Amino acid sequence: MEPKPRLLAILDIVTLLLFLTAVAMVFFYAPLEAVMGQVQRVFYFHVANAWVGMLGFMVAAIAGVAFLRKGDRKWDIVGLAAVEISFVFFFIAIVSGSVWARGSWGTWWTWDPRLTTAAIVELVYAAYFMLRQGIEDPDRRARFGAVYAILSFLSVPLTFISIRIFRTIHPVIIGSGAAGAEGSFEMTPKMLQVFMFSLLTFSFIFADLLWHRIRLGKLAEVTENLRLKTLQ
Amino acid sequence: MEPIPQVEERVRLTSSASGAGQFIRSLTAIIWKDMAAELRSRELLSAMLVFALLVILIFNFALELDAQARATVTAGVLWVTFAFAGTLGLNRSMAMEKDRGCLDGLLLAPVDRSAIYFGKAIGNLIFMLIVEAIVLPVYSVLYSVNLFEPGLLLVIFLGSIGYVAVGTLLSSMAVQTRTRDVLLPILLFPLVIPVLIAAVKGSTGFLQGADVVDIRPWINLLLVYDVIFIAVAFMVFDYIVEE
Repeated sequence: MEPKPRLLAILDIVTLLLFLTAVAMVFFYAPLEAVMGQVQRVFYFHVANAWVGMLGFMVAAIAGVAFLRKGDRKWDIVGLAAVEISFVFFFIAIVSGSVWARGSWGTWWTWDPRLTTAAIVELVYAAYFMLRQGIEDPDRRARFGAVYAILSFLSVPLTFISIRIFRTIHPVIIGSGAAGAEGSFEMTPKMLQVFMFSLLTFSFIFADLLWHRIRLGKLAEVTENLRLKTLQ
Repeated sequence: MEPIPQVEERVRLTSSASGAGQFIRSLTAIIWKDMAAELRSRELLSAMLVFALLVILIFNFALELDAQARATVTAGVLWVTFAFAGTLGLNRSMAMEKDRGCLDGLLLAPVDRSAIYFGKAIGNLIFMLIVEAIVLPVYSVLYSVNLFEPGLLLVIFLGSIGYVAVGTLLSSMAVQTRTRDVLLPILLFPLVIPVLIAAVKGSTGFLQGADVVDIRPWINLLLVYDVIFIAVAFMVFDYIVEE
């Protein structure tokens, strides 16, 4: 195993500093939202978490295509790493969204398109892990994982569209909102800055964790090969 | 010594035939094989049918399907029934191939891999349509609802295509795992949610006599889903059966 790369060490520190700054900005720099009050502050990290969740989903699908085309195991490690990280981040997005919903809609959960889609994405990720767990042959596990990542990446947008044809109450802060949206607000320039900074920070966190997880995946492969050699 | 040259003649003809002809011949051979096996054992269809009727029966008690409730939930009940009976059929049809190494035999045959996928998928689709063709009249009689509207039948047909296209692909994955039949619904249901939503909404629209303008988005969605997933399944099936 090669030693920890210098760049990764730097990335760790940068990510940590960015995260601390983002937390400080959310609490002290961002102005208080007039209608919803303090609970609105969850918005910055809520969207950033969801962003990382979707980013990982996309990375996994791209890694899946790359794996099927090239047959290189490193793409399988990338795909699994992305799904694992995004599974956690998406879960945080759902929970933080729930907290926000309690404050602004008065309920922990509604069957709104985005919430429902988020729940389905979590289930797809869970199915992905169960699929991988059920296969012993590493090569087949990688192939099936890649195929499932591609299929789900295509299906989830369609799920979103299909639920979106109903009316939604989820606020659309970016782009045009639906007429029935509740808990929506206009972002002031300061809010926008904090929001963009959170997105940047969480993208860094994703990249950092992904790198660590890929290194871990490679180590796991080495140990598995060693174990197989010992058993033979 | 007469028959031998004839056989050779035929073999040469087959191999020199165009790719499309060869493809269709292997496709029909696979479909025919599934039909013949089913005609002799009648395992799959009878299981799917009895299961589908049981699900409807359970819904009858679970939902108190009185006249008022029926108008709104009929499409939902029907689609849940089809989806559950469908997983049963998909599982069985692939497990049958895996059982005594039939799949390996199919893979060894000098045919295009996608012919195997389309053969299995069309076979599954036929089974599903047969089950639907029996469940629909039974439901109509039991609950005195007229289900024979061309629009509704179109939605059911399109929905079944999408369901089977993804289902065949995923069931050929599921049979190769340790957990097998348990895994198929877990893999399949999150991915076919667009089909189920669009099909339920489209069917309800037709049953309640809604405007065609309101139903068209659902039919479009079903068409888009069908096209995308048939194309993707066609592209990735090779990787699933590869050894």
